[in-house]
Amino acid sequence: MGYIRTDRDFHEARWDEPIIMELGNPGERGVMIPLASEHIIECVGSGESLVPQGLLRKKMPALPEMSQMQVLRHYMRLSQETIGTDINIDIGLGTCTMKYSPKINEQMVRSPKLTELHPYQDERTLQGILEIMYRDQEYLKAISGMDCVSLQPSGGSQAIFANVQTIRAYHEANGEGEQRNEIITTILSHPANPGTAATLGYKLITLYPDKDGLPDLEALKASVSEHTAALMITNPEDTGIYNDRIRQFVDTVHEAGGLCVYDQANLNGVFGITRARDAGFDMCHYNLHKSFSSPHGCQGPAAGAQCVSDKLRRFTAVPTVEFDGEKYYFDYDHPDSIGKLRKFYGVPAVLVRAYAYIRSLGPDGMKQIAELSILNNNYMLKKLLTISGLSMPMAEGRFRMEQARLSWEQLTEDTGVTTDDICRRIVDYGFQDYFASHHPRVIPEPFTPEPVETYSKDDIDEFVEAFRSIAKEAYENPELVKSAPHKAALASQIDESGLTDWDKFATTWRAYKKMNPDCAAE
Amino acid sequence: MGVTGKDKAFVHPYMPNSVPEIKQQMLDELGAGSIDEIYKSLIPDDLLYKERLDLPEPIVNEYELKRHVMGILNRNITAEDYVSFLGAGCYRHQVPAICDELNMRGEFLTAYCGDTYSDHGKMQAIFEYTSMMGELLDADIVSYTTYDAGQSVSSAFRIALRAQAAKGHDNRRILIPSTMNPEIRSQALAYCRNAGEIITVASDPQTGLMSLQDLEEKLKDGGAAAVFYENPSYLGFFETQAEQIAALAHRYQALCIAQPEAASLGIVESPLNLGADLVCGDIQPLGMHMQFGGGQAGFIACNQDLGLAEQFPTYMYGITKTGQDGRYGWGRAMNYRCSHGSRENANEYFGTETGLWGITAGIYLASMGPQGMYELGETILQKTSYAIRRLSEIKNITVNLFGRSNFQEFVINFDQTGKTVKEINQELLACRIFGGKDISQDFPQYGQSALYCISELTTEEEIENLRTALTAITERRQ
Repeated sequence: MGYIRTDRDFHEARWDEPIIMELGNPGERGVMIPLASEHIIECVGSGESLVPQGLLRKKMPALPEMSQMQVLRHYMRLSQETIGTDINIDIGLGTCTMKYSPKINEQMVRSPKLTELHPYQDERTLQGILEIMYRDQEYLKAISGMDCVSLQPSGGSQAIFANVQTIRAYHEANGEGEQRNEIITTILSHPANPGTAATLGYKLITLYPDKDGLPDLEALKASVSEHTAALMITNPEDTGIYNDRIRQFVDTVHEAGGLCVYDQANLNGVFGITRARDAGFDMCHYNLHKSFSSPHGCQGPAAGAQCVSDKLRRFTAVPTVEFDGEKYYFDYDHPDSIGKLRKFYGVPAVLVRAYAYIRSLGPDGMKQIAELSILNNNYMLKKLLTISGLSMPMAEGRFRMEQARLSWEQLTEDTGVTTDDICRRIVDYGFQDYFASHHPRVIPEPFTPEPVETYSKDDIDEFVEAFRSIAKEAYENPELVKSAPHKAALASQIDESGLTDWDKFATTWRAYKKMNPDCAAE
Repeated sequence: MGVTGKDKAFVHPYMPNSVPEIKQQMLDELGAGSIDEIYKSLIPDDLLYKERLDLPEPIVNEYELKRHVMGILNRNITAEDYVSFLGAGCYRHQVPAICDELNMRGEFLTAYCGDTYSDHGKMQAIFEYTSMMGELLDADIVSYTTYDAGQSVSSAFRIALRAQAAKGHDNRRILIPSTMNPEIRSQALAYCRNAGEIITVASDPQTGLMSLQDLEEKLKDGGAAAVFYENPSYLGFFETQAEQIAALAHRYQALCIAQPEAASLGIVESPLNLGADLVCGDIQPLGMHMQFGGGQAGFIACNQDLGLAEQFPTYMYGITKTGQDGRYGWGRAMNYRCSHGSRENANEYFGTETGLWGITAGIYLASMGPQGMYELGETILQKTSYAIRRLSEIKNITVNLFGRSNFQEFVINFDQTGKTVKEINQELLACRIFGGKDISQDFPQYGQSALYCISELTTEEEIENLRTALTAITERRQ
């Protein structure tokens, strides 16, 4: 009974597929389109005659010429050389919330009733999708405690960007736009926080953790001033340590006249347990592709939600969706809005999946997500910390929320095997590689797992045993780990200089061929 | 005790450890009495949310969930149910079945940020996408996908500003055409507000083309970091002065940025071969359904110009050699440029963008090949031209307001009908037709005008139906 197996003889598919640019034969076709009829061609002539002089393409693009089955086969093989969440115990990619993406939701978003909608259609023809967006907004208000939600952001980072735009709009409305030019964040907050703030011209102040692993409150007190525009912080941070002084952080910044923005990419551990508004935050954002179950799609499409309190409603990204008792409609009536973030209306497929997900779980199910991800995490940590060479720095002896940042520092000291070596070796066991840390590595030789609620106890046990086995290898035969991977699709290590040397920088096959004229013959 | 006596604890299909016995084993391992006990030891009591979340009760079986959700979605009327002439940045094209089939593969669909060794196939698929885009655009450097064309244009502006500053050419002005996509224009204004100044160049009132005289005056007066144009323009006509615009920009030390239409490039020249330094745009036409605007994804590309490349804010998937001859690997190259690599010191912010659509566009391009892309461009040109010809027979409307050659879109002016676009579109809707995008708010100078879109999927019959409907509507008095 159960699922656990610690003696898998895993071997990833290894197809050695050539680069697609080298496949096919002249004349082959993969797909045909509906051409103009003879009648139309008689009326208007050739396509080339309709291209203005000077704009006609001189040379056909050197795209592959392949038949359909051969295109399909090539990509099926590449898919087999990719370790998606559907085929592995994807606990390693911490901070990413790699939960199960329900297939029923996928079926629904693939319906033509969504895929064939144009964003500029008359609102009367869009009542279904608008109702779903409206309901999503209402549910996110309940989950965050905030008063107004905009579903316009294309992803979590664009939602953070919207929040920074809102900070600027708020202070400008108060006549303090120029004066309040500093944003405070923490080194363990997601890089999109400093990234978006700097994109909009803010000066950054970064707080570092104190001995308890929490951002330093005294440093915050010393940092706030009449220049403070906002605090952008997450809780728990990537360490999984809950900041129990968060209200003091919020109060300190509010007293200085700044706004407080909660990065809730980490929502999975706090659903129904604690809410952004109740801790005094003015704004927060959600990554709807993470905690709300959308598949991560090789890095997107994602979607974000901007959630704000009443006093910031007038600045929100437009449009929101409202209901007048009879029909749903786009509302642009946020008088000092930061405007539209992008063309059209966010990423609707992710919004439909989020809706279906919330409806399939209900209020108790949503809270159970948080409870089980906390239970899973602490259970996993207890087991992981029995592995030689692995430790969990900071706030020793305390439980963590839904994820944790561990350290292989001792193992590296003992054996010379680093976290990057282990990250390659774990692929040999049939697991996705793991997330070490965001830049910079505050914790040495980091490892950040996140065992979300969809993993079973057996899954966690198997995950832990794989790392125990690698640690054993490190102590007994370190070369085996250092020279990994051995069973992955790629059987040897890459020449890193190809990624770090501008002289070798090639993002297309044509660029690479120009630098390495003999490569096709290799 | 029979089967009916089984414990009725609620065990959700997505949460294996909600089985009470398993949960208990895990708690025992931790020496904790309950899960509450764990988080209550971490979170101060006054921050705990003590109510039940105000959400509807769950629909736990798939059948009823699907009935419920589809019951709502079925209230939508789609471009498949009716006939659509909407475009304006989101286009209905044929989506080959293998695009849908492959982007539904669980391996691609559910992978995320795994790297060189775990996701070798994904990395190759993304590199192949950029390689094929490189052929389509005649570009050596192609970015990882961005959110959409709006993000690509906005970032291209900032790339130009930084690249110019790095060369010591510290001019913060970006010159744009007055006919630019208004949504992208507003996005770029907000995105560049603290970095540059976006200035509109006049267009010729008759032809819509950028006024070269005004462009030169603006370049002479205050210079610019870059000049931007769209080809075809948002209003559908070709910008036939592409080479002159680039030459003028260069004469005044400005870069030239262009936004081509991906679906046109099998037959229309890449702006990079007409003097542009940077190209940017959207790949939604290459295998993505419209999805109510959710199928968008952007690209930025240029020649092997490292001065520009080092200013790109996105991931770049680089190819590199491995320990085995003739075998390649991939990784994120020169990552210090990205906020993931250097936080606030990065070029711009960066997050989860649209990787699955990049892979899908690669599948599309490989399926279409050079001949397919040529035919796509050719067919759209022909059908657009035919539609303009047929609709021009309708009295009292001006079809193709600018009288130019167009790709896929053209403006119809309704001023002489005495009706607004809104009124006309309402009447068209009653004929099961989505009329063109109303541009009377964004471009009041063109009166009551709408932007009509034709694709390779548009049939002669649909064009006839539109002609019949518009004839009746414009002849009918209010």
